[in-house]
Amino acid sequence: MTGSPLNATAAAELVADDGNGAIVTFVGVVRDGNAGRRVLWLDYEAYAPLAVKAFARIAGEAAERWPSVRLAIQHRTGRVDIGEPSVVIAAAAPHRAEAFAASRFAIERIKQIAPIWKHEHFEGGEVWIEGATADPHDTAARDTAFERAWS
Amino acid sequence: MVVTIRLFARLREIAGASELRRELPEPATAGTAWAALAAEFPPLADYATAVSCAVNEEYARFGAALQDGDEVAFLPPVSGG
Repeated sequence: MTGSPLNATAAAELVADDGNGAIVTFVGVVRDGNAGRRVLWLDYEAYAPLAVKAFARIAGEAAERWPSVRLAIQHRTGRVDIGEPSVVIAAAAPHRAEAFAASRFAIERIKQIAPIWKHEHFEGGEVWIEGATADPHDTAARDTAFERAWS
Repeated sequence: MVVTIRLFARLREIAGASELRRELPEPATAGTAWAALAAEFPPLADYATAVSCAVNEEYARFGAALQDGDEVAFLPPVSGG
């Protein structure tokens, strides 16, 4: 968790290994529209120590399914402008299938259980975006994230 | 017992504070703390079925017992990514 700009290349370097033939990086960026509103910027609030633990949980769940995968997850706090990265995931594996799947799993799972909130500032107002009720023990949600990883 | 309550996002705005210290009758659970808070700030009731909680920086159930000095956090639905 950081209030500083994210760097996908730096995240990829964290998981690089001579035995890994694939590194997939996912970069989530702030877009200029949401639900018909013209978005100006997002402010991210987080419960940082629990967010870091949630990322570790996600990496552990991924490792159970894909033992060869190494994951790095980084997320912004504070104001993030249009086009700037809000989240970076780097997934490394010996082969591409596992790297793609684990990166998709990680972003789905972040949206389910990471204690992070978007405060959307749009033209004419502001609103807290509220998505999933966070429950890391909800195995149905976890299984949905695994299913999306392979879709 | 006295516990520290942490609030985030819309819950923080409703209560007007990110951190509160409250005395709770013993024995207390995370649910007790939530009920006390919802009584103090009625608009929190909108979140009764959607809120999550954490005790001492770990996700917990609302039935989790609290000890004096614990930190209990209430989390509205999340929207990271």
